[in-house]
Amino acid sequence: MERINRDSKVRKNFHQAKWDEPIIFQLSTPGERGIQVPLAEQEIQDIVGNGFDSLPLKMKRDIPPALPEISQHRVLRHYMRLSQQTLGADVNIEIGQGTCTVKYSPKINDQLAKLPGITALHPLQPEQSVQGMLEIFHRTDGFLREISGLDRFTFQPGGGSQGIFTMASIVHKYFESRNQKIQRNQKIQRNEIITTIYSHPSDSAAPAVKGYKIIHIGPDKDGYPDFEAFKTAVNERTAGFFVANPEDTGVYNPRIREFTQLVHDHGGLCGYDQANANGLLGVTRAKEAGFDMCFFNLHKTFSTPHGCGGPACGATGVTKALEKYMPGPFINKADDGFGFDDQNSPESIGKVRSFYGVAPVVLKAYAWIMSMGAQGLYEVAKIAVLNNNYMFKKLMELECVDAPYIKGRQRVEQVRYTIEKLTRDTGITSGDIQLRMMDFGMHYWTSHHPYHIAEPMTLEPTETPSKADIDEYIATLKHVFKEAYENPDIIKTAPHQSVCHKVDSSPSDDPDQWAITWRSYLKKTAVKVN
Amino acid sequence: MTINKTINGFKHHPYIPNSAPQIQQQMLEEIGLSSLEELHEQIPDSLKLKENLNLPKALTSEFELKKHVTGLLSKNRHCEENLNFLGAGCWQHHVPAICDEINSRGEFLTAYGGEMYNDFGRFQSLFEYQSLVGELVDMDVVNVPTMDWSQAAATAIRMASRISGRKQVLVPELMEEDKFLVIKNYCSPDITLVRVGYESETGRFDLADLKSKLSEKTAAVYFENPSFLGFIESQGQAISDLAHAAGAQSVVGVDPSSLGVLIPPARYGADIVCGELQPLGMHMNYGGGQAGFMATRDQEKYVMEFPSRLFGIVPTNTAGEYGFDDVAYDRTSFGHHREHGKEYVGTQSALWGITAGVYLATMGPEGMKELGQTILQKSQYAIHLIDKIPGVKGSLFNTCGFKEFVVDFNKTGMTVDSINKALVEHNIFGGKDLSMDFPQFGQSALYCITEIHSKQDIDCLAEILETIVATPKR
Repeated sequence: MERINRDSKVRKNFHQAKWDEPIIFQLSTPGERGIQVPLAEQEIQDIVGNGFDSLPLKMKRDIPPALPEISQHRVLRHYMRLSQQTLGADVNIEIGQGTCTVKYSPKINDQLAKLPGITALHPLQPEQSVQGMLEIFHRTDGFLREISGLDRFTFQPGGGSQGIFTMASIVHKYFESRNQKIQRNQKIQRNEIITTIYSHPSDSAAPAVKGYKIIHIGPDKDGYPDFEAFKTAVNERTAGFFVANPEDTGVYNPRIREFTQLVHDHGGLCGYDQANANGLLGVTRAKEAGFDMCFFNLHKTFSTPHGCGGPACGATGVTKALEKYMPGPFINKADDGFGFDDQNSPESIGKVRSFYGVAPVVLKAYAWIMSMGAQGLYEVAKIAVLNNNYMFKKLMELECVDAPYIKGRQRVEQVRYTIEKLTRDTGITSGDIQLRMMDFGMHYWTSHHPYHIAEPMTLEPTETPSKADIDEYIATLKHVFKEAYENPDIIKTAPHQSVCHKVDSSPSDDPDQWAITWRSYLKKTAVKVN
Repeated sequence: MTINKTINGFKHHPYIPNSAPQIQQQMLEEIGLSSLEELHEQIPDSLKLKENLNLPKALTSEFELKKHVTGLLSKNRHCEENLNFLGAGCWQHHVPAICDEINSRGEFLTAYGGEMYNDFGRFQSLFEYQSLVGELVDMDVVNVPTMDWSQAAATAIRMASRISGRKQVLVPELMEEDKFLVIKNYCSPDITLVRVGYESETGRFDLADLKSKLSEKTAAVYFENPSFLGFIESQGQAISDLAHAAGAQSVVGVDPSSLGVLIPPARYGADIVCGELQPLGMHMNYGGGQAGFMATRDQEKYVMEFPSRLFGIVPTNTAGEYGFDDVAYDRTSFGHHREHGKEYVGTQSALWGITAGVYLATMGPEGMKELGQTILQKSQYAIHLIDKIPGVKGSLFNTCGFKEFVVDFNKTGMTVDSINKALVEHNIFGGKDLSMDFPQFGQSALYCITEIHSKQDIDCLAEILETIVATPKR
């Protein structure tokens, strides 16, 4: 037998699992059951009857909801197949969702979070019965204080955007308590939040819910937020400044302290979007940069799995001076153990989420920090930056790739590249490349909208891929770029190896055609079937 | 540049392949550096830490980590080894094994924001989740889940305000305090909340008070079924009619575990329905199993006001193949409009949405009907038994409820706090003490009974309660 040649780093024979599953309603067979419910015992029935009769007549649902009737194994098979058709980080080299910090989520932490010691806890149990859980919250708060330099964290926000909303609510309450209330359509004080165009869209969108006017600062020629424009923007109307640093370009603004100082000089507050904190752990902190508030995404920087988009946690921290505005309750340590404050501070924003936040996510982040220690966190930051700059160097060697701003300088943990030259040369866009990368089992992300860098490509390796993984991703990109010049049709018609082929998006913006549920789809397509 | 030798990294860490010094050196050489300290060149020295963070020493082996965390968790007394009668926004239901099996699948658990072509299964399962909840609430539009019921209610109210162009919302006086605080913060500064009084016998809206507060300023009337205190608001149609007559929207919050036996709010005039998904296959997780949903009719004026992602089914260029897509993506803050999109969207609770879909597909119509019925029967039985205890009233309100009910201890001369402390000694978590949030009810507690409670559990509760109130500790 000859040796099989399998030297290529590019997965040319990849094909995603394709089960061709029906929609779950199409699996229904009358009479099938997926599970039996524990019914009321006969003695109970003898005393209270069928329960149903005591409902007010007009409130009774006589005909059960039209859910499908499916045996348990078939339900399982359906969802197992759908899971196989989903490219989670557990099965691929996760570099292509830049800004999302998709790193390895250790399995031990997931297993710990499935123990009944957490899953079977009710949030209103007596404090003495949840001492372990309260200790985990309290200690994780302490860790984040040390990592940020700030003084108190809440775990209520269920994601980064809700963290930003929490910061905006605190800013609002802070000025409200200073009798500088916002009243729309009147002469307004403190009604502006400044952010930058390379911070996340939620840094603009979430404060707008609180009624703020959003001022965007663009980049200067080096890609830093334009300080001259910033100086013009900051004034007595400035309530706050919300910014990521590094921004989504991977460029770190070294003058950040001057920015926060200027806002403070005008009486405003500064909120740090730390969604991009992975490259900074143990290296630099919110406090030294002059921020009053920050949030960390535990589902990004602190390794907890992203869950298709939550459950997650945007743990939000503040300085001592802003503690009284935080959503309560706080967990404190006393001589007899851990416990909650009796009530919120009268100046608190109230609450942003029921109970205390997503406890399993906090537990997983706690376990991850405990598996790292200070030296581990520092290693995370250094290797995330090493991996990124290694990849940066390799990609910038390609003629068709560029990265605007600060030439020849390092980036932090991600880079927003441009492949504009490739588009000019071949007509292949970054969006086309995205679809073709899927044919090799890879994610690839362009940018948030609107694009400020032409034909953007945002990559973030984090600390968890190996050099071999990064080399494979680079080799795949090179292969696809080469195809763009030599065989553009294969890219234009991609994806070829995914679960489904190119969709017709035209119904998605047409109220007469869009179908957001199966029942709606059946109604809207009924005539055509007949 | 200052090279600081007092900061050290963690070499050969199992989660960080390139922490191996040899490979690190090779990569550093590739980029023309000699040490890791030369990275982070853009960060000024004045902002750099000079020593390692002050954190506990790493538990380097997985075994030590497991031992440490299980040690902490073992300090908890959980509801599988105690009898729990707490509800109040987080409920102990049976979680079918299949729910845990699916949401533990690494592909789902670790996916995030990939495109439909990568994450087809994520899109299909969330579309199916929307469709299954759509059947439960009898509406054609359901969103990808938001954070929790409170956030769903707050957003539903903001949607109603935009649709009506008005800025005042009527809410029940008898609602969960924390939910009220979430909504209030989310709606301030521009939308004000006004409380509607209740009938003392039934807990239901006082319709005369509602009428007097409805005006041309009213954007929406928000109410719940079952209510926070368990009673059923049977005047749904009258409330919706009054709201509509005033040009306001009817917004109704529901516990979906009731919808096998209770009619969905769409059938008594609701325009926007919201609620909590946790009962549908999520463990209590110390309050971390929450996820909120919203639903409306399929009308452009509603769909275009959702901030959430809405996954739609679409054709592909291949016959017989399903595809999925974001519906009206540009209305969201992820679209081209940032702060001009509808509110904001981001990471929320998608995995719990997928799980709720698995739950509903597993339960089917009969399962949901039986679930509702067994909860009705068991909670009525508990009220019946507790009512027999001298000095205790099994249900403060005289109307039928679902799953939860207010037990009135006022005539026992004891506080709920002292009763609950005595119950804990018997490994029972008694109902939520209402004396802080609802002082008008004195010493009353909100008890919760679900399908997991057996006759024996309920008998045990009643027996021990009777002993406790018969021998008051003062």
